[in-house]
Amino acid sequence: MEPQISETIKQITTRKRKSSKESKWVKVVLIFIAILYLSLLLFIPLAAIFVKAFEKGFDVYLAAITESDALSAIRLTLLVAVIVVPLNTLFGVAAAWAVTKFRFRGKQILLSLLELPFAVSPVIAGLVFVLLFSPRGVLGPWLVDYGIKIIFSVPGIIIATIFVTVPFVARELIPVMQAQGTSEEEAAVSLGANGWQMFWRVTLPNIKWGLLYGMILCNARAIGEFGAVSVVSGRIRGLTNTMPLHVEILYNEYQFSASFAVASLMSIMAIITLIIKSMIEWKTNKQEGKGV
Amino acid sequence: MKSKKKRVLPGFGLSLGFTTLYLSLLVLIPLSMVFIQTSQLGWGEFIEVVTSERVIHSYKISFGTAFAAAAINAVFGLLVAWVLVRYSFPGKKILDALIDLPFALPTAVAGITLTTLYSTNGWIGQLLEPLNIKVAFTPLGITVALTFIGLPFIVRMVQPVLVDIEKEVEEAAESLGASRMQIFRKIIFPELLPGLLSGFSLAFARGLGEYGSVVFIAGNMPMKTEIAPLMIMTKLEQFDYAGATAIAVVMLIISFLCLIIMNIIQIWSRKSQLQSE
Repeated sequence: MEPQISETIKQITTRKRKSSKESKWVKVVLIFIAILYLSLLLFIPLAAIFVKAFEKGFDVYLAAITESDALSAIRLTLLVAVIVVPLNTLFGVAAAWAVTKFRFRGKQILLSLLELPFAVSPVIAGLVFVLLFSPRGVLGPWLVDYGIKIIFSVPGIIIATIFVTVPFVARELIPVMQAQGTSEEEAAVSLGANGWQMFWRVTLPNIKWGLLYGMILCNARAIGEFGAVSVVSGRIRGLTNTMPLHVEILYNEYQFSASFAVASLMSIMAIITLIIKSMIEWKTNKQEGKGV
Repeated sequence: MKSKKKRVLPGFGLSLGFTTLYLSLLVLIPLSMVFIQTSQLGWGEFIEVVTSERVIHSYKISFGTAFAAAAINAVFGLLVAWVLVRYSFPGKKILDALIDLPFALPTAVAGITLTTLYSTNGWIGQLLEPLNIKVAFTPLGITVALTFIGLPFIVRMVQPVLVDIEKEVEEAAESLGASRMQIFRKIIFPELLPGLLSGFSLAFARGLGEYGSVVFIAGNMPMKTEIAPLMIMTKLEQFDYAGATAIAVVMLIISFLCLIIMNIIQIWSRKSQLQSE
């Protein structure tokens, strides 16, 4: 009996699905347009980066990424990411905790302010720190007295990068923590857990995927930031040149292969980011599936 | 008398205090500098800087290209989201993962790559040259770069809404004799509109301020392909901080206004949707 019933159910559902769909050629045309659009915009450019990088052979590629200016650019970019990502992660967790677990006045304003850096042009993000810290800026004379250099120096690059990447972790965590509510943490506290125990054993396991997601997006932007950094960097080779700025310099000097070689390193980073992101989505979907 | 409800969970003061301090020191106070500096400039000078012919032209270019790119993405991004949600075909998962490439790829890399592809001897540019279409170093090129940057905003706003639309409603409409086009126009599209509008506004706002992917493909010819962020950059390089700040203020006000207008449209469309239900 059973197989028969399931067979009829299958028939009904497939018939239903068929009836609420477009004709086959509409479907084929739409898929074709989507693939064409994404190819022109995403696939071909991504492939082109690697083709151009290896155009003059592997030796030229290797030379371009192991030359001393390139290496110092790579080091500086990694340094910036290593400082910026943890700071903005700490901020993101604190902001999401305050916003999702408590009610207070001005929460809406805080939420809008959190998104503010996304509405500001990266060039303006760089500009504000020039106005603040350059020798002619508001704090400039004071900084000069103490011999502190921020603009056209590494601290400026770090601060400007923090500005443009502030919202990433918070905006991924807020929806996750909102959905989780407060009951689990309240239970932990009422059972005698202290604040840190509650955070490490209850909150963190619940938000780990959202947290990781926010961190990889923050990292990608921190490594790739161009506009804000190019305002405050001064582009001193070997000192304040990040990878994106190094790519720009090589490109403007018509060293296209070298430029694309360094660009390809950052593209690999971007591809890894996309892979981790897909894995996180797959993991969380599976968890949700289990829950249902 | 107000009764103070005791908070059960710890860390309210610490987390809110840290959040406010961090945001104030690193975002709000620095950003307020722009307005403070401008107030020192004097009204007449300010107007002179922000209404000079070259600057006005750069606003027009920024606006026009950001709007065009967001509009192109509204159409094709919707189509892509539709195809990814409703159909299954080989390679779909890879396509879906790749949508976020513009978020992950550094803008400078996108800039040099698109320039190389769309210049007259590039892979795509040489196909367009016989048709007398020039992309690189024209406003069209800026639009291409901004379309690249804006794509994920639209797709990722529309996708979840499409997933959530209940098939039963469509089926009911169909059994009442509605055509596929009618169902899309009257049932699906109104549901998608708020998501589409917020995706559009995000892509547009991002496009207005975008710098890294645009500077390479724009060619940066005065009065032709200069964007507003580049004008700020140019003034900064001449150490004309006051001029740079004045343009920045205009840009900030414009992008805040855009966001407010888009928010109003969204609230309005949500309201009219509730009423129709």
